[in-house]
Amino acid sequence: MSELLQFILSGITVGAVYALVALGFTIIFNASGVVNFSQGEFVMLGGMSTVFLLDAGVPMLPAAVAAIVIACAVGITLNKLAIQPARGASVVSLIIITIGASIFLRGAAQIVFDKQLHRFPSFSGDEPFVIGGATILPQSLWVIFGAVAVFTGLYFFFTRSLMGKAVLATANNPLAARLVGVNTNFVMTLSFALSAAIGAFAGVLVTPITLTSYDIGIALALKGFAAAVLGGMGSPFGALVGGLLVGLIEAMTAGYISSDYKDAAAFIVILGVLFVMPHGIFGRATVERV
Amino acid sequence: MRTLSPKYATLIALIALIAVAPLFFPSTFYYRIGALIFINGLAVIGLVVLIGYAGQISLGHAGFAGIGAYACALGPIYLGLPPVLSLILGAVLSGAIAWLVGRPILRLRGHYLAVATLGFGILIYMVLNNESQLTGGPDGMPVEGLGLRELLKSAGFEIKASKLWYWLAALVMLVGALLALNLHDSPTGRALRSLHDSEVAARSVGIDVARYKLIAFVISAIYASVAGSQIALMNKFISPDIAGFLHSIELLTMTVLGGAAMVFGAVIGATILTALPQVLTALHDFENLVLGLIMMLVMIFMREGLVPSLARLVRRRER
Repeated sequence: MSELLQFILSGITVGAVYALVALGFTIIFNASGVVNFSQGEFVMLGGMSTVFLLDAGVPMLPAAVAAIVIACAVGITLNKLAIQPARGASVVSLIIITIGASIFLRGAAQIVFDKQLHRFPSFSGDEPFVIGGATILPQSLWVIFGAVAVFTGLYFFFTRSLMGKAVLATANNPLAARLVGVNTNFVMTLSFALSAAIGAFAGVLVTPITLTSYDIGIALALKGFAAAVLGGMGSPFGALVGGLLVGLIEAMTAGYISSDYKDAAAFIVILGVLFVMPHGIFGRATVERV
Repeated sequence: MRTLSPKYATLIALIALIAVAPLFFPSTFYYRIGALIFINGLAVIGLVVLIGYAGQISLGHAGFAGIGAYACALGPIYLGLPPVLSLILGAVLSGAIAWLVGRPILRLRGHYLAVATLGFGILIYMVLNNESQLTGGPDGMPVEGLGLRELLKSAGFEIKASKLWYWLAALVMLVGALLALNLHDSPTGRALRSLHDSEVAARSVGIDVARYKLIAFVISAIYASVAGSQIALMNKFISPDIAGFLHSIELLTMTVLGGAAMVFGAVIGATILTALPQVLTALHDFENLVLGLIMMLVMIFMREGLVPSLARLVRRRER
């Protein structure tokens, strides 16, 4: 029993990170229709920037904030220089552009930072808590509560604030949104900044547990993308459920079957779900206009 | 004056490229790169059928290359098959798997199709990587050579392995190109291209959309599989990386970089992306940076790919 609880706890921790990455995918997808495969690089940038700022003698909190700001700047630049000029390109072209951006950012990181594996100390020590026979690291709680805070904050942003509603309007119909006075270009910029910030935030939270290096981005992007699709592309709630599901499936497979196949299990489940629900769990069916 | 049909123009251009290139090779090492280009070119021509003709996407085609490669590695050991038959077995296997997997997967569209093919590719990679008692795991395994060079030697004809592979891979690619070009103008090709433009319109004129998507998927899987087999036979060694996500992306980028809608463009894409890393190794750490930059720039400024965009530029100049 305590074994099961242990797997659930570790699944939720990893799942929270996937959910944050998936949320980043969802926000950019809603604003621009682009699946941003460089989403994982924001997580890497968050972790790596914090590591190097800490090394430079900056205290933890300012370092983390600066790392998130750096990722935001990269996200905004990416949108301005690579995504906006390619507006209207096909899905395949856009996928290649964002994968190109991901390779570019990885290449830049290996030059600006280095190729070593890094970590920094946990926020509140490494003394694990014991819950019902299972243990959980304090840092895992930081990750889980961090994700809860981000999702709650965004829920209120989207439902209560004018800007949030403008973002939703753009997602629904960019032309109509522009007609009622929404600055859709600003919404695009905001979405990239927001996604980058969320990714970097996840990177800062998870680095003490999983370590970071210049090349962690692509694997995270794949898992996050899979989670976003599992939940239903474009649905923030779907991103949350998809992320947690992928995390839990991985943890259960690693625990009960074989850790070699933990990555495979998540994809088998996703293929299964897509066969039954071709638009993910919470996705809307798109109607093609003729 | 009658102008040359695109089919023959493409074939003549490819043959000229293959025949003339060796004149500029400073050493035999370049024959190897040439062979690699033609092998990648074959896989990419398959993707032209899937992406350029039928308008579908795949982020997992390296999986089929992996099946083809490991068929050549395992066939001689476990089934006692000669390498050539192993290659055919791999192609048949890939086609069959593509047919089975394609039926449910190809109902999906756009990003959902992307993630499904991605998942398929990763599953193949994981099996090759984890079943180490069979496949040697991440370290890879040796592959028995084709034996053609020994055969030629016994007939009194000696040729360096790299040169032999250059001509062999070129021949196989030409056959692949010819088949793909013929397909383009056949009723099946027209059906594929119609569902690229609009699935609804294709369906309303009586085209069995699901069936034609499946045909394109199976064809491209077989091309990828034969390419994978050739890599295994040429290198006499294979590791699971051939089925990895990055290889899938490489193939996809080659296809779109040159121009997904045409066979010649795809071969140019394969040439650039195969030769580029050889050039970039001189830049060491900047390799990823430059590769990513090129991918972005071409896709932003030449959306249809290099060859169609340049061709249009030339045509405009002529007018």
